Amino acid sequence: MTRANLILLALIACIAALPLFGGAYTLRLGTIACMYAIMALSWNVVGGFAGYPSFATAAFFGLGAYIGGVLLARGMPLAAAIPIAGVGSFLVAGLLGAALLRLRGHYFAIASLSLIEVFRELVNNATDLTGGGMGLNIPLAASAGVMADATFFFYLMWGVLLVTAVAVIAVSMSKLGFGMSCIMQNETAANMVGLNTTLYKSIAFGLSACFVGAAGGVYAAWVHYIDPSDVFDILYSVKPIVMALIGGLGSPLGVTIGAFVYLGLEEVVWRNYIQIHSGVLGVLIVLLLLFLPHGLTSLRGWRLWGRAKNV
Amino acid sequence: MLAAQILINALVLGCLYACIAIGFSLVWGVLNVINLIHGSFIVLGAYLAWGLYQSLHISPWYSLAVAAPLFFVFGYVIQRLILNRVITAPVLVTLTLTFGLDLILNNAMIYYFKADYRKLTLTPPMGSVSIFDVVVPVDRLIATVAALALTFVLYLILRRLRVGRAIVAVRLDRDAAILMGVKVNSIYAIAFGLGAALAGCAGVLMALIFPISPLTSTAYLGKAFVVCVLGGLGSVSGALAGGILLALIEGVGSAMIGPAHATTLSFVLLIVFLILRPQGLLGRKGFE
Repeated sequence: MTRANLILLALIACIAALPLFGGAYTLRLGTIACMYAIMALSWNVVGGFAGYPSFATAAFFGLGAYIGGVLLARGMPLAAAIPIAGVGSFLVAGLLGAALLRLRGHYFAIASLSLIEVFRELVNNATDLTGGGMGLNIPLAASAGVMADATFFFYLMWGVLLVTAVAVIAVSMSKLGFGMSCIMQNETAANMVGLNTTLYKSIAFGLSACFVGAAGGVYAAWVHYIDPSDVFDILYSVKPIVMALIGGLGSPLGVTIGAFVYLGLEEVVWRNYIQIHSGVLGVLIVLLLLFLPHGLTSLRGWRLWGRAKNV
Repeated sequence: MLAAQILINALVLGCLYACIAIGFSLVWGVLNVINLIHGSFIVLGAYLAWGLYQSLHISPWYSLAVAAPLFFVFGYVIQRLILNRVITAPVLVTLTLTFGLDLILNNAMIYYFKADYRKLTLTPPMGSVSIFDVVVPVDRLIATVAALALTFVLYLILRRLRVGRAIVAVRLDRDAAILMGVKVNSIYAIAFGLGAALAGCAGVLMALIFPISPLTSTAYLGKAFVVCVLGGLGSVSGALAGGILLALIEGVGSAMIGPAHATTLSFVLLIVFLILRPQGLLGRKGFE
């Protein structure tokens, strides 16, 4: 295990101590921080390891939120609903990936963007199951007070983050991760030497959806109300990319730190400039891409970018 | 008669869709950039038409002449100052960058115009014509003709003008065009400016037909995606074919399975087309 991965695990372990220090607001921030880190780590599997510019994160976040939400609303316990949301997202993404990942570059980007639209419209129109545009109410579990709830959902999201980080590190050290980086560097060559690229790419896409879906399920249970325009927000697709770009593409530690840095910036902007927060986010994205295109931990990312010129 | 009405509606709407998509297609084809600001350009054009009509009572038909140069300069400057710096970067960077620019422009519009839906209502209204029970509103008909005219103007520019030939040359083979002495950076900026000008003009026409709000920009952008993929990139005829096909599918889909599913249908079709025929209806294979 590399030093960066150990630092990542240590960092996540440190976060677990958060309830000792803060109130409900801190825990809320901590929960979102874990959620963002899950998204960034997951996106990194397909975008950083395999080099496919996926904009489908929001689609699977929403899918997971609705799988989890519908199951919870039908009375299934949380312990079953969250894993089902994750596994369901994995399967859907893997199957879709087998078809979509034959596309490259711009076409793949457009297809993955459109996936959000398709899922949102499907959920919008399946009113009987999902409540459509009216949204879905998820019943409150027996509550033991505000702080207890906040702590519970914080640890739930943190648990998903831990599983995500361990899985991503395991992938990066395994033959699977090696295959993905081969695909990123030269897919045709990887295919030629006998790598089953379709299978590898589908698994990468599935993994990038799996934990995001589980996080979506936790999110649904946490906020008790979801509606299609909320969870299928295209911003959920772009934010992980921005985080990964901040932290340096490809490194799990980098993207996690990127997620935390991004959350900090977002929170400051939200609190102070609510009217123009999305514009400020836009300015941030533009500045980042123009002046820091290789992120904060950029020395390694530099070489990766150089290779990807003709994607 | 229902079939005839659906067909006519599709033709009318299809030309407008083509007009929405053609600037997007030009930018994608020439600069190899998926331009996510396109939708917001269209909405800004609609606001321009609305503002000119409300304050100075200038008819939208004349607003076209204002919008085209204004948006051309706007697009030219954005390309030169911002987009040009990352033009050779992979799709991830260019796409995210245009998304950031779109956030800024869209937020600015929400800030200044508020998110209220507005409508440009001509006084007196132009009414509608009916031929053999097929009813078409006159303003929509004129907008369609104007959209076709704009598309034709672009066609002429690309075919007849020296700069147009240079744009086509850069699209076909960038390196060869450089060797022939084409100044690629300036062609990029001109193509982006043209794309923005077309978006602005499309917006002026949309103001006549659809409600205006910053929130509608993603819907326009979605249409542009689908039209480009259906018709194939980078050709004027492809955009027209894609636009009319999309309008037909939406019309028939709305009539058969209900309007709620029309958008889903069009996006599912987009994904199917991408997988089975990524070059589109009229595009050439391997022509990106």
